[in-house]
Amino acid sequence: MTPSPAPHPPPEVLLYLDGVNVSFDGFKALNDLSLVVEEGELRTIIGPNGAGKTTMMDVVTGKTRPDSGAVFFRGSADLTRLDEAQIANLGIGRKFQRPTVFENLTVFENLELALADSRGTWRTLFARMALEQRERIQATLTRIGLAPHSRKPAGALSHGQKQWLEIGMLLIHDRQLLLLDEPVAGMTDRETEATAELILGLARDRTIVVVEHDMAFVRSLGAKVTVLHEGAVLAEGSVEHVQNHPRVIEVYLGR
Amino acid sequence: MIVGRTTGERNPWSTRFWFSFTAAMLVLVVLVPVLNRYVAPDSAFAVPDYLVPLLGKYLCYAMLALSLDLVWGYAGILSLGHGAFFALGGYCMGMYLMRQIGTRGVYGNPLLPDFMVFLDWKELPWFWWGFDHFAYAMLMVMLVPGLLAFVFGWLAFRSRVTGVYLSIITQAMTYALMLAFFRNDMGFGGNNGLTDFKDIAGFELQQPATRLGLYVASAIGLGIAFLLCRFITVSKLGRVLLALRDAESRVRFLGYSATNAKLFVFTVSAVLAGIAGALYVPQIGIINPSEFSPENSIELAIWVSVGGRGTLSGAMLGAGLVNLAKTWLTSAAPEIWLFFLGGLFVLTTLLFPRGIVGILGQLRLIRSRRTMPGAPPLAVDEPEAAKERA
Amino acid sequence: MVLRRFLILRRSRSFRLEGRTAAHPAACLFRFAALFLILSLALAALPARADDFAAAVLGLAEEGFPAKQKAIVALAKSGDPRAVPILQALRDDRLRRMPDGSVVIVATTGGTTRLTHAATGRDIAGILPDSLDRIIVNNRLRGAIEAALGSLTLFSPDRAVRLSAAQEALKRPTADAALPLEQALAAERDGEVRAALEQGLAAVRLFSGGKDEMLAAIRALGATTDPQAKNLLDAFRAKPDLDAGLRQAAEAAIASIDGRLLWTGLAANLFQGISLGSVLLLAAIGLAITFGVMGVINMAHGEMIMTGAYAAFVVQQLFRTFLPPEWIDAYLLVAVPVAFLFAGLLGVVLERCLIRFLYGRPLETLLATWGVSLILQQAVRSIFGSPNKEVSNPGWMTGGFDLMGGFTVTWNRLYIILFCFVVLGALALILNRTSFGLHMRAVTQNRDMAAAMGIRTARVDALTFGLGSGIAGMAGVALSQIGNVSPNLGTIYIVDSFLVVVFGGVGNLLGTLVGALSLGIVNKFLEPVAGAILGKIVILAAIILFIQWRPRGLFALKGRTADA
Repeated sequence: MTPSPAPHPPPEVLLYLDGVNVSFDGFKALNDLSLVVEEGELRTIIGPNGAGKTTMMDVVTGKTRPDSGAVFFRGSADLTRLDEAQIANLGIGRKFQRPTVFENLTVFENLELALADSRGTWRTLFARMALEQRERIQATLTRIGLAPHSRKPAGALSHGQKQWLEIGMLLIHDRQLLLLDEPVAGMTDRETEATAELILGLARDRTIVVVEHDMAFVRSLGAKVTVLHEGAVLAEGSVEHVQNHPRVIEVYLGR
Repeated sequence: MIVGRTTGERNPWSTRFWFSFTAAMLVLVVLVPVLNRYVAPDSAFAVPDYLVPLLGKYLCYAMLALSLDLVWGYAGILSLGHGAFFALGGYCMGMYLMRQIGTRGVYGNPLLPDFMVFLDWKELPWFWWGFDHFAYAMLMVMLVPGLLAFVFGWLAFRSRVTGVYLSIITQAMTYALMLAFFRNDMGFGGNNGLTDFKDIAGFELQQPATRLGLYVASAIGLGIAFLLCRFITVSKLGRVLLALRDAESRVRFLGYSATNAKLFVFTVSAVLAGIAGALYVPQIGIINPSEFSPENSIELAIWVSVGGRGTLSGAMLGAGLVNLAKTWLTSAAPEIWLFFLGGLFVLTTLLFPRGIVGILGQLRLIRSRRTMPGAPPLAVDEPEAAKERA
Repeated sequence: MVLRRFLILRRSRSFRLEGRTAAHPAACLFRFAALFLILSLALAALPARADDFAAAVLGLAEEGFPAKQKAIVALAKSGDPRAVPILQALRDDRLRRMPDGSVVIVATTGGTTRLTHAATGRDIAGILPDSLDRIIVNNRLRGAIEAALGSLTLFSPDRAVRLSAAQEALKRPTADAALPLEQALAAERDGEVRAALEQGLAAVRLFSGGKDEMLAAIRALGATTDPQAKNLLDAFRAKPDLDAGLRQAAEAAIASIDGRLLWTGLAANLFQGISLGSVLLLAAIGLAITFGVMGVINMAHGEMIMTGAYAAFVVQQLFRTFLPPEWIDAYLLVAVPVAFLFAGLLGVVLERCLIRFLYGRPLETLLATWGVSLILQQAVRSIFGSPNKEVSNPGWMTGGFDLMGGFTVTWNRLYIILFCFVVLGALALILNRTSFGLHMRAVTQNRDMAAAMGIRTARVDALTFGLGSGIAGMAGVALSQIGNVSPNLGTIYIVDSFLVVVFGGVGNLLGTLVGALSLGIVNKFLEPVAGAILGKIVILAAIILFIQWRPRGLFALKGRTADA
């Protein structure tokens, strides 16, 4: 289906995108995008609107099929051939731009569904929660500060609380790769700070890709930055490096 | 408030639940037959013979409503073709009953039903083979609707046909089946359908005792269907379904196969609808293609809506109440009935989207708010659709 | 039921025929003698036409079919218009024999039975028709009667009668018809009738002329597009002792007819398909607006169509009652705007009172509008009653014209096709060239932004819905011109129109156009192959499968969708 030009990338490369193209009715959302994320890395991706950040995440998580190009996870799993659920079960988690929690389920049940457990339809029909799992949920509830709201429907939470619940759902299911789409959108400064701390803590034992607009937040993460523009990588490096990159300045300031 | 919303904290199979369930079943399975058989007919408490099949019909409708509620109320799939599964189950039962007539038909043909003799058919078509055996027919009652739902659902859910698109193609499905069953050469009696049944498993259908037996079978069937639906909805799968209704793609990103989960409930639901249809036909005495009409399936949606979708008891209650009103109105004031039904559609969706059970729940909630401050507000319906529009 | 009755009927009829044949030998000799007598009488009386006619009429009452046949042929040759009612009566089993052998016609009008003397036309009183012997015919005689009637009516003063008589000659060519046909051709002035006469004559000569005449006849018949001509040529070709040249010519002629028939068949199917497609399009455009542009499933859309049709009916009745009869042809011109305004107003009311509370809940909108559709249907039933109402075509929409042999374009269908494209064009103009259209598209794409820019979104919603409903109303007027108007008119079209919108892709007028036309055309091409119902089932199944392949329709926009 998708010709893979190169042999499989080495296994220490967790996420590997090569020559990925996506177009919507003539508009090229991704234009020969190539990107490599190493195991254990914390990466931030910035770029103006329409640079292809969200589309890139859609491609990785299986929501959008690329027109051409190779996308590999852990060197061997061809993500262009799998659907969302299969990709998620490989260990790739995603947090959306707009907080999406299951509004008619309680906070507790939201976390229950996120638990690392069998996903099969038949198994879920007969699933019983183990004491250890219950404790994990409680621990996560405490960690994201929603323990008092555990029996509330998630729809009744505030915007910030929903963001946290979503992060909690990622936390509870030990994913190796987390894709966070604007995790601090709509948060107060204090919540933003706390989120940055949480992400840095999480990054100790897993790989995280953060898409963000908020430069202060990006700076506070202090990680390697990739700048996307018109569906391709414009620059890559430290925060300082990209901030002084002439092309980046040109794109951002529109010169 | 909603069955299946509790996790761990409240036991869905509590003694209290079993107590209410047993009480309800005792009323349906024991009390009604006793009032029918052993109470003097002139007593105010007697259940007359003519009422028994009517009650049985309501129970079948309640079971059908349960099946729709399972897919619509829980998984958010509004099937406007559920009448088709009901009718298919009914036709399977009808075929069995047709074969039981044997030589007692107008033409006295031992093998062919009357309508086939009339059409000058010489042989029994292959799809009628085996329907003279009760066990085989009952297997088909479940298999035929289940298989159709499985194939249809597999095609639709795999391609992510959702929301109103799904509703429209399910409607097209039942419409196509209706047209097909109207055709004489389909081999299902065409316009007239299957009727003039004589007996079932050796019991004469006209006997009050047989009718009472069928009624009891419907009641037990409804009870089992209810337990099955409750088992599904309070399981983790039930919560996955609710999550699907809220935000389908999010469920996929969590690693659950939305396709499989939907396919599972859709198929189970179709089987339940088929069984309901099979119980319905011997009590009514006829099955014809109009059971496939899209109008029936939409009307079914309003039973569930009136009672309260997303609640199993609501679906059953709604089916009973709306049909009670239908029985009464269509004889007392037939011209009013469509106004009433139409008004019911408008009012429930506009003012009481959570139905009767929802209203009762709200009342209970308001009462408990006084004591418990952190009680949840009403959740939004179909938020995913709302976002899509935004 | 019907079938069984038919079988019984057929059985009893064959029984009766057997009875006749059994009686045959006994009367044989007598009949022969009578036949001889009549024939010689007829020959002897040749110059005296009146006697000739009377003798032929008497001949009808003879025993035995051959004698009757002679009499029928004689009547046909007489060319006497008086023979027409007699032969018609014979065909309709209304001819009786008096005891004295004379023939009478029985005519029943309005419950009273009248007897007339066939040969003289005088009334006969005081005799009960049941007391008289019936004059019985068999199928062969029926054929002879039709042929005779055909040649007799060739001289009718009514052009249409002459035309159908000439066409009849083509269907049943008999050698006896040659002479009347030639005479008629000599006298005929009308071009179309002449052409039909020539064909009829060719058909007659094909079987009774000389070789050159036959060749000319083959050529003449080969130039037509008439399946009848083809059947004749087929029969001719099958004759055992046929000259090779003639056979070849016949085969060539058949091939050329076949080719033309294929094309006319295709053209006719295409026209029927476009006609159905345009009806579907009219029914679906309004839906494409409310469903496609606004995301609202309006199950009451079919009832908007129905109210439009009833508006046409009411306008027609008003014209009939209050205006001079010569104005009646103009009622349709009034009905279109009336239906648009009425259905549109209904749509606005529906949107303001119900649908606006359900935005973002498509499934509930579906149910609520279904409820509205039930109410509207029952309301119309209460006001107008359940039986169908007839809305007649105005004069300028009745009839049609023959485009190519055997393929008639009817005016009402042609006007509906034109009307449909006018509506589509006007809608495209409104959407793309007016500020209302601009606002509508803005609200569709980003409601909040549109509101922030000062567009009154609520008003735009209501007007959009009104526009969609108004178009449905006009569709109803169009439908009233090709069928009956009944309270469930809408339900007939609602499933189809939804399929059109779903098939074509939501929010796209071009998609609706392509969807409607392709559905209509496919339907009409499937119908002759699979039958109407099976064809429809095939289409439904195909669309269900199609949606699996393209869940958002043929012309759906591919694009970035919002999260979740």
